Amino acid sequence: MLEAIRRILGLTWKELLAVLKDPRGRITLLIPPVFQCLIYGYVATYDLNDVPYAVLDRDRSAASRDLVARLDGSRAFHRLADLYRTEDLKTAIDERRVLLVIGIDSDFERKLLLGQPADVQVIADGRNSNTAGTALGYVGAVVTAFNADWRAAHGQGGSQVRVALRAWYNPNLETRWHMIPSLIGTLTLLQTLLLTAMSVAREREEGTFDQLLVTPFRPVEIMAGKALPSVLIGFVQATNILLVAQLWFQIPFAGSFLTLYTGLSLFLLAAVGIGLLVSSIAATMQQAMLYSFLVMMPFALLSGLATPLSSMPKALEDLTRVNPLRYAIDIAERVYLEGAGLDLLLPDLWPLALIAIVTLSTASWLFRHRVT
Amino acid sequence: MSAAGGNPPVLVGRDIRKTFRRHTGDVVKALDAVSLEVGPGMLTALVGPDGAGKTTLIRLAAGLMTADTGELKVLDIDVAADPQQVQERIGYMPQRFGLYEDLSVLENLNLYADMHGVTAAERRERYPRLMEMTALGRFTDRLAGRLSGGMKQKLGLACTLVRLPELLLLDEPTVGVDPLSRRDLWKIIRQLVHDQGLTVLLSTSYLDEAERCDRSVVLQEGRVLAQGPPAELSRKAAGRTFLAEPPAGQTARGLQARLLDDPGIVDAVPEGGQVRFVRAAPEADPVASVGALQGAAVVPAQPRFEDGFMILLRGTAAAGQALAGSTILDRPPERYGDEVVIEVRDLVRRFGSFAAVDHVSFEVRPGAIFGLLGPNGAGKTTTFRMLCGLLPATSGTLRVAGVDLRQARASARQRIGYVAQKFSLYGPLSVTENLEFFASAYGLHGGRRRDRIGWAMRQFELARFARLPSEQLPGGYKQRLAMAAALLHQPEILFLDEPTSGADPLARREFWRRISALAEQGVTAIITTHFLEEAEYCDRVAIMDAGRVLAQGTPAEVRRRARPEPGRSPTMEEAFIAIVEAARHGESPHAASVGGDA
Repeated sequence: MLEAIRRILGLTWKELLAVLKDPRGRITLLIPPVFQCLIYGYVATYDLNDVPYAVLDRDRSAASRDLVARLDGSRAFHRLADLYRTEDLKTAIDERRVLLVIGIDSDFERKLLLGQPADVQVIADGRNSNTAGTALGYVGAVVTAFNADWRAAHGQGGSQVRVALRAWYNPNLETRWHMIPSLIGTLTLLQTLLLTAMSVAREREEGTFDQLLVTPFRPVEIMAGKALPSVLIGFVQATNILLVAQLWFQIPFAGSFLTLYTGLSLFLLAAVGIGLLVSSIAATMQQAMLYSFLVMMPFALLSGLATPLSSMPKALEDLTRVNPLRYAIDIAERVYLEGAGLDLLLPDLWPLALIAIVTLSTASWLFRHRVT
Repeated sequence: MSAAGGNPPVLVGRDIRKTFRRHTGDVVKALDAVSLEVGPGMLTALVGPDGAGKTTLIRLAAGLMTADTGELKVLDIDVAADPQQVQERIGYMPQRFGLYEDLSVLENLNLYADMHGVTAAERRERYPRLMEMTALGRFTDRLAGRLSGGMKQKLGLACTLVRLPELLLLDEPTVGVDPLSRRDLWKIIRQLVHDQGLTVLLSTSYLDEAERCDRSVVLQEGRVLAQGPPAELSRKAAGRTFLAEPPAGQTARGLQARLLDDPGIVDAVPEGGQVRFVRAAPEADPVASVGALQGAAVVPAQPRFEDGFMILLRGTAAAGQALAGSTILDRPPERYGDEVVIEVRDLVRRFGSFAAVDHVSFEVRPGAIFGLLGPNGAGKTTTFRMLCGLLPATSGTLRVAGVDLRQARASARQRIGYVAQKFSLYGPLSVTENLEFFASAYGLHGGRRRDRIGWAMRQFELARFARLPSEQLPGGYKQRLAMAAALLHQPEILFLDEPTSGADPLARREFWRRISALAEQGVTAIITTHFLEEAEYCDRVAIMDAGRVLAQGTPAEVRRRARPEPGRSPTMEEAFIAIVEAARHGESPHAASVGGDA
């Protein structure tokens, strides 16, 4: 047993040396995740700011001006033009000068004063459905507020029901709060997967793997000696991203670091297992690289990072259950924002452990049995 | 073009110097005041040990780099000033020719023809000749990646010749090529020179090849030691070359080792059961003052290019020190009496319907050196991989130290050492780091680990490179490091797959000295090699072709299988070619064994 541990540590040390001795290796492993995290933090956001819009106000009344002023007053909208003819409406959207056009009929104020429903036409550029949807939602909120205030000011009764909205754990619904914790898993997955996938493939290509197989190393020991360095490097990367989240973006951390790192270690084992599996199947480094990117894309899409799991077709949603990233994102978000403990995270933890066990043992079996 | 005398030389170099800077900062003088000439219609060989500057010189001539100082004219054009014009008129084949392995033979040819702007009409005229010359005609649809090493080299040569150049530069065209393919390649090159009047400059570390050229240029550490017809160099050894017959009860290998230790001897190699040795100075009485001979019968021998080459090399200051290589184990391995150490019976390995190894049987006794000889694709490496447990056998029995390494516990591998065909240690790691890794792989720790690493550093003279990344080691030292790593745990059995492929004559002598010394101390070694003269170092050899063992026995027994040629004892190479050709032409290859026990 002691012998085996010595061998594993020897291999771990060799792997770390091979990766970290080269200054370029050190830089490519440590800098890009931090950099990517910063980029995502600023760029990947669904919050809208300064949406350009135009107004076609046929009424030109106090009420219509009040409505437009409310839009201008919110930081989400930025009025670019006032239109006078209906034809201009189409060109403004077609030329992508504005994302929205608000059309107000000439009897707008009159109808309101009579207590009748008055229409406001909102035309959005649906070519980017995501942005358009969000923008329409914002306009809806502004109009609702306008309605309520108008009724109160003019002593009209009407709807008594008011919807009180509260978003838990992220009161202002900032995308960044969701995005950055998810990146802890996403960015480390890409790097550890590639690193591990290359490790055995490189040895096979350079002929050193045979040299390794004729030493007293058992397959399980090779597996452990290959997995350990990648897990360690994964921890360092995850910590770096965590530091960016804490120190730069200052996202409040509700849970315990111990819980987060427990979840992370299972996730990293699963990721490294997949990497080793890719590595033991691939014959060359080029294949290993291609396979890694081949699995990385579905992992990212089926993780819940960008789109909710619940709105995926049933078959794909089932498929996400073998995706370690799905669980890692869930763990990171819940520990980060909700402060969940290990007991609550159990449904995420055991699938990760299972993925790790299956991939790592298959990979170590393949080391010796893959016929070249 | 004709080879008429008086024509100006095709290549003229004057006082060429070129230095490189290693990553570690030290400066290497690759070429140091080199002057040479290559005459038209001639076959000129650049010979020298690894790192002599052969490749640098050829790359300079091809206009791929420029010299620091000096003048190099090819076809009367200054290469440094106008490399493009030179490249349009010459052909250059680098050591690893850039074949596209996923393209077929014909597609590769077409690609190179396109690159050189060869017209369709020229192709119709040229391709059949190239195909006939290289005998690749039957394989035009085969992927280049699936050709044997020798066939790849021929295809590389054909691609270089899609357009007839005025000067052909070949950088070690026969490295790693088996004897049969090597003979074919040489036939092609000679044909080009003699029938088409082509001028060829090639580099080689095979001295018998240099001997067959019109002129040779001997390089050593960037300096020209000699140039002229090869016979001139051979004459240096006149009156100094002898053959010694080992006294009864002694092996040629033992006598050779003793002779190499003698300061009056420049070179000694086993040859046909005897030992060829070269004295440092001519002497009337060949036996005088050579104590190592110990009563061996000595006769004068015809000097060869190799003898003159060794005199030249050992005469320079750099190579003046005694040849390294007598490796002493600090504890001899346990002996297992006379039981068989390696036993292979009816071993078969199929890949699909193709039998890479076809009912192979042999056995190796303790302390013996066993050689597996054969052309590329004969099944030597496949046999090796099965013996080491890297590949499962389709059927048959194999026992290494009593166990099948594929099924045995991992600890059984503690008893073997393995040196792969190509350098397979970790390139970015330093010499020390590599040794430390293999020490922990073999469970060496504490004081024993320090002792063994210290032993390796001393025995293989690696201490001065301790911190250099192993990929930057000079060729010969890579080999030493690989051996050191394989011997750290004092294995009783050594597997060496083509350990001398691509090594220069000095490195090869040094290697065999180590192996002989290890065998004397009880280590069993099993070795594959392309160099047939090296079979003489083995106690027993087996000749393999197409997955089968065609002959096995002591080197003397195998040599007798050559087609008898009156008045001269056959060389191992002749025997090898005779045996393989007989088997390929369907003649009965006799029995699998020629009998006799080692």
